[in-house]
Formats: sequence, C-alpha cells, structure tokens
Amino acid sequence: MNTATETVAPLIEHRIAKNYFTEGGHTLKSWLLTTDHKRIGVLYLISIVFYFVIAAIAAALMRMELITPAGDMVTSETYNKLFTIHGTLMVWFFLIPSIPAVLGNFVLPMMLGARDVAFPKLNLLSWYLFNAGGLLALYAVTFGGVDTGWTFYTPYSSTYSNSHVLTMAAGIFIAGFGTILTGLNFIITTHKLRAPGLTWFRLPLFVWSMYSTSAIMILATPVLAMTLTLMGIERIWGVGLFDPKLGGDPVLFQHLFWFYSHPAVYIMILPGMGVMSELVTCFSRKPIFGYHFVAFSSVAIAVLGFLVWGHHMFTSGQSIYASLVFSYLSYMVAVPSAIKVFNWTLTLHRGSISLSTPMIYALGFVGLFTVGGLTGLFLAAAGLDVHVQDTYFVVAHFHYIMVGGMVTAFMGGLHYWWPKITGRMYPEKFGQLAALTMYLGFNLTFFPQFVLGYLGMPRRYHAYAPEFQIYNVMSSAGASILGVAYLLPLIYFLWSLKYGKKAPANPWKATGLEWQTTSPPPKHNFHETPIVDTPPYQYSAEATEAELLSISNKETPYG
Amino acid sequence: MADAHLALQEQFEEMPQQKEAATLGMWAFLATEVLFFGGLFLSYIIYRTNYPHAFAEASHHTVVMFGTLNTAILLTSSFTMALAVHAARENNTKWLFRFLLVTIVLALAFLAVKGLEYREDLREHLWPGPQFRPDLPPQAQIFWILYWIMTGVHAVHVTVGVGLLSRMAWMASRRKFSDAYYTPIEISGLYWHFVDIIWIFLYPLLYLIQRYS
Amino acid sequence: MTTASKKTYLFVWLALLAFLALTWGLANVNLGPFNNVVALCISIAKMTLVVLVFMHGRWEKALTWIFIAAGAIWFLIMVDLTLSDYLTRKDVTNARTTWKHPEQNPPTLMPGKGD
Repeated sequence: MNTATETVAPLIEHRIAKNYFTEGGHTLKSWLLTTDHKRIGVLYLISIVFYFVIAAIAAALMRMELITPAGDMVTSETYNKLFTIHGTLMVWFFLIPSIPAVLGNFVLPMMLGARDVAFPKLNLLSWYLFNAGGLLALYAVTFGGVDTGWTFYTPYSSTYSNSHVLTMAAGIFIAGFGTILTGLNFIITTHKLRAPGLTWFRLPLFVWSMYSTSAIMILATPVLAMTLTLMGIERIWGVGLFDPKLGGDPVLFQHLFWFYSHPAVYIMILPGMGVMSELVTCFSRKPIFGYHFVAFSSVAIAVLGFLVWGHHMFTSGQSIYASLVFSYLSYMVAVPSAIKVFNWTLTLHRGSISLSTPMIYALGFVGLFTVGGLTGLFLAAAGLDVHVQDTYFVVAHFHYIMVGGMVTAFMGGLHYWWPKITGRMYPEKFGQLAALTMYLGFNLTFFPQFVLGYLGMPRRYHAYAPEFQIYNVMSSAGASILGVAYLLPLIYFLWSLKYGKKAPANPWKATGLEWQTTSPPPKHNFHETPIVDTPPYQYSAEATEAELLSISNKETPYG
Repeated sequence: MADAHLALQEQFEEMPQQKEAATLGMWAFLATEVLFFGGLFLSYIIYRTNYPHAFAEASHHTVVMFGTLNTAILLTSSFTMALAVHAARENNTKWLFRFLLVTIVLALAFLAVKGLEYREDLREHLWPGPQFRPDLPPQAQIFWILYWIMTGVHAVHVTVGVGLLSRMAWMASRRKFSDAYYTPIEISGLYWHFVDIIWIFLYPLLYLIQRYS
Repeated sequence: MTTASKKTYLFVWLALLAFLALTWGLANVNLGPFNNVVALCISIAKMTLVVLVFMHGRWEKALTWIFIAAGAIWFLIMVDLTLSDYLTRKDVTNARTTWKHPEQNPPTLMPGKGD
C-alpha cells in the first residue's frame, strides 16, 4: 500500500506509483481530455511520429525514383505530389511542433518550477487544432495529393493546379492556430509562472530558446494564415490579389509567404539550439560558456530572422535594391547562430566529455549545423544564389540544418529527457549505434547533394541528366541507411517502455529543476514549489552529487 | 457575489497573478491579430502605392454614409463596453449586464448596416469577377477584392465578438462576476476595442480616398 | 490599478466622434498629398485614445507595452521591407502611370512565338 501523501519525500521513486501516468485517470478519455502539460507532450509525440512516418515514406519514394536518371518510377505529376507531401507534412506537422510541443510542453513548466503552463485548456486545444489540421492534410494526401510544392506559389496554386490545394491549405491554417496558442502559452508561462528566485538570467537556456521561438510563432504564423486565405480566395473566386490580369503581382504572395516562412525556419531550429545548450553542458560537466551571449543570441535570431525573407526571392523578380538589402541582413542573422556554435564549442573545451547517446547527437549537431549554416551564407550572397537557386544545393543546405541540426537535436533531447518522461532508460548501446548510423547515413544522403546543386541539377525534378547519377545513387543509399537509423529508436524506445531499466530521478546528474523531481514526475510536477538561488549549469568536472543537487541520487544507469 | 477563491486555477499561486496572466495573454493574442490583418493592410498599401488613381476611382463607389455611420456605431460600442467593465469594477451587476447588452445591440446594428451596404455594393456590380462593372479600370477590382476581404474578415471578428459578449452577458446575469472577479469581462473588452481599432483604420482607407471633387 | 472615471470615458467618446467628423470633413477638402497623412494621423490619434483610455493602456505595465509595440513594429517591418522592393522596381514604376492590360501589352521576349 503506498504511503504517498502530499508531503512524502519525492525521491522514494521505486516505491511511488504516483506519477502523471497513474494520477489523473487511466482511461483514454482522461488522456484525450487532459490539461496536464506532460500528457499533452506525450500526445504530441505520438502525433508527430505518425506524420513523420508518412512524410518519410514520401521521401523514400522520391529517393527511389532518383536512383535512375529517367523518370521511370512515377510520373512527374506524382513526383510533384511526393515532394509537396514531404515538405508540407515535415514542416508543419513534424518539425515545427517537434521540440516545442513535445519537449517544450513537457519540460518547460518544470524548468520554471511551475505546476503547469499558464493556460492548460488552451494547451489541449492546441493539440486538437494540430490534429484537425493534420486530418485535413491527410485527406488531401489520401485523395489525390497536392502538387504545388510546400511553398504554394501563385499563380500555380491559385489558378492552375488541379490538386487538393484548398484542403491542404485549410489544414495548415488550422494547425497554425495550434502553433500560435502554444507560443502564446509559453510566453505567458515564462513571464508569470517562474518559481521564486528564478530570475531571467538563472533560467536554463532551453527556456530562452523556447521563449524566442514562441515570439516568432505568434508574430509570424498569423501572416501565413492570411496568406493562405488570400491564395485560397483567389482559387475559389477565380480572381484575386495576385492575378496579373488585374494588375496583381504573384510576387506579393511570395513576400507574404516568406515573411512567415523564413522566421518559421527559426521556429524550427531555435528549440534545437536550446536543447543543445542543455546537452553540451551536462555531458561536458561544465557551465555554458558565455551564458548571456547565448541567451541574447536566441533573442537576436528571433528578431533578425524577420528581416531576411527576401533572400528566398533573389530570382523571383524582386528589385535589385531589395535583394541587396535582404542579402546584407541575411549575413547579419548568421552572426548570433555562429556565436552559439562558438560558445558550445568553448563549453566542450576542457570539459569532462562523456559520449552517451544525447552527447553523440549534440556533437553531430555542431558539425552538421555548422555546414548547413555556412552554406546558408553562400546562398545569402545574392550573386552566388542566382546560380544555385532551385538546385540541389539549396536542398542540401536546408536538410543539413533541418535534419542534421533540428532532427538531431530533437533525437538528442528525446534521449536526454526520455527517462524523465517515461521513467525508463533506453538501451544505451543501441542508442549510440543509432546516433552514429544517423550521422553517417545523413552525410551520405545529403553531402552529394551539395555537389549535385553545384553541378546544376535542379530540385523538384524526377528525371535528370545521366552525369548526375553517381551522386544520386550515393544520396539514395544514404537515405536507406538514414531510414534504418530512425527505425532503431522507434523500436528501442517502444521496447524500453516495458523492458527498459527503471530510471532514477536524475540519471544524468544534470542541473535544472526538472531533474529534482521523480522520473516520471508527479501530476503537479513538484510536491512543493521550489525556490531557486543559484545560477544554472552549476556543473564541475569533479563535483560530487551533493554539490550538484539538494537531493542526492547514488545510482547512475551506466555504472 | 462570486466566490473569488474558487476561480483561482491550480497552476497559479494567487488571483492577481492569474489576472495578469489572462490580461497579458489577451494582449499577446491581439498582437497576433495585428499581424493577421497586417497581411491585408500590406497588400492594400502596395497596391494603392502602385495604382493610386484606380484605387481612388474604385473607392468612390463605396457608400460613405454607411461607412461613417458604422464608424460612429463602433466607437459608441467601445464606449459602452468600457462602461460595462467599469460597472463590473464597481460591483454593479445590473449595469454591467445592461451595458453589455447595449454593446451587443450596437454590434448587431453594425452588422445590419454592413449587410445593407453589401447588398448595395452587389447591386452596383462591385463583386470582382467577370460581372464586375466595366466602367472601372481592371485594378479597381483589386481595391474591391481588398474591400470585400477586409470588411468580411472584420465582420467575422465582429460576429465572434457578439458571441463572446453574449456569453459574458449570460454569465453576468447568472451573477458570476463581482468586483473581486471580472477578468473575462475585461479581456473581452480588450478584444472588442481591438475590433473597433481595426475599423478605425479601415474607414478612411476604404471610404475616404479623394472624396473632394 | 487605477482606472478612468465614467466622465473620462464620456469625454473620450465625444473626442472620438469629433475626430470622426474631422476625418470625414477633411476628406472632402483637397489637401493634395497631405490628405493621406492627415487621415492616417487622425486614425492613429483615435487608436491612441482607445488604447490608452478604453483599454486601460495608461495604467498597464511596461511589459504590456512591449507586447503592444511588438505588434506594431513587426507590422511596420513587414510593410517597410516589402515596400523596399516595390518602390524600387523599374517596371512597377511604369505601372503607376502607364499600366496596360496584358492583352494590350503582350510580352516581347520572343517575338513571333505564339502564346
């Protein structure tokens, strides 16, 4: 009979059955109507994995087609649908929600010492909006697909495409409101629900990243909503704001679209950077180098990210003057990202590095994100961009950031917080194997694409000139390795739910309030509101447990 | 009187914190609305900059009387909304309810006038498309597309406001509010004033281009 | 938190109606390019009154004002940088004075080829 009253010491975790899984109801209804941010995080995890799988299948089919130069596996129309499905589902239904809605939802309130987010019911609504949008997207995918590309450029999307543009646009519109509500929630939570003593500069950098991400979410996403509406209206009515016959300008659509979509890529990467700060400090047992710089860089990225959208339009008919301005501003936005990479690297320097799975992902991130970021500078130079725009160079660049950066960080964060979320450890050897496989598979998939783009292979083509074949074969081979690398965690994470070693409260001996409660946490996170009086990341290479935590924990999972 | 401590939600420590969070949350939401309408205002600015004469000519077919009347109606509804919030603060449930009701009636009046105006606009063949009146240049259709979308989206927001305020009025009639707890009234008021502000900008942009002869 | 009195609300309402009359009246007067400026300024004045008094902006904390400012500033960023394209385009400059419907003004890149 468990003796857990509200005052029981939180660390008798082997006896306690009270956690957010067991408290709050066992029924499906209790999960589907939950307002517990932890349960909502888990719900999101299930949803995004689902959409990831569909989008990954689309990519697999594309890579299969691209093994041979001839367009012999699918027609060009089908191929158009494949890359559109891949892009829309990956961007809006996997990447944008991934870290914020899964890890952010789960961990952010705990990092703040709070019992929940500021608006728990809105949080649940966000998940429903996400899935409502997702259902519409699925409908569009199932009943014939969309072939406009994830960028929905007019006039093709508004006038000439015969695919399910409206349904997909409606799905994205609705899911977008889920994003806005999540961002709003995180911002208010960070302002209003911090534990006593938790000043802004004592916050973990993950919180700074999530806050900056949330600011972008609420300022950029409404513009996407209006843009899709305007495109949809032109599609329904037959005339619209982008119609050249009336004096309209299709490039205005692009301005409106990219005003959102460029900041959107920062919505995608900033949370990954937040995870990075947590991983790099914990697994080198050192405080972050240059805390203030990293914190302000997050804000700077959020602000500057709004000033650069025209670099997607260098070849679209934008004026040369505007291209110049956007090119210059794009160089500026690279600076805060570079500052972060320097600071993580300097955190590693003279640290006591342990190569556990989250750390392998973190180290992979540093390398891959750097390559992606540097190639972004190539593209920011308007004079160079005009040669590689719409080639595989661009495709490689953004996959290095999105997959090599963001997905890697997501995997790292998922492994890092998995014990906290589920109360189980994943099998470490398999984790390390999957991480290394992912790194190798990723590079084999995407590095040849830089070469392809440089040599001139256009993107979104299902057939190509024969001289490009060798690189395409390498890329497709890499993609199959990458597929295996993603399948492994899916399997062993599920396995760990039943057979994984039970996790202690703080398996990584990490700092941060989320580690000072049980794994999994109780429904209200903490039995008493914690009080904070120390800076974050109080690691030292020789620290004893007592120096790190107020509650000690003898056991580490790996001896 | 409403039981204040029962209204405190578990993620908050005290009522003022909860109220500040709600207020800040509504202001953040209004910032998103600025960006939402912003796309439309941007399109308007771009096209009016490019086609000033066509826009002027096109806008002369809007009915200034309806626009001006509607502006006056909305400004007054903001006044009555502010009075409703004030009544709540003074623990005056009777006048809270009455002012909410007046605000709702004014909002409905706005929609009614808009409806009459739309009917007039359709009669004048100002719906963009093949049936658009041929005596105007093609770019005039861009003005009119913006007119329909901007006033339409605004009208949707007014309608949502009517629903929101109706719910507030219903709750007020059930004595759910007092001077200790009237946050929903206050944040509904913020939303309503925002809807008014959007119209404050729409009015001159749509109705008052070069009205001198 | 302090607030306005009913009398203040009344005065603001009357001021708003006065501004409405003013903006309508001035629209009927030819001020050249200043018509736009005046109309915009009056709208901003009305908005300011509504935000400060009706929405209690005067008594709100700095943080709230940051949120308000963010909305306005981000909107202006969008307008400003987009205009940096449209105001510096050569063909659109022409369009402001001599726009022709595509039927009357077909593209001439490949003369002799059908559409």
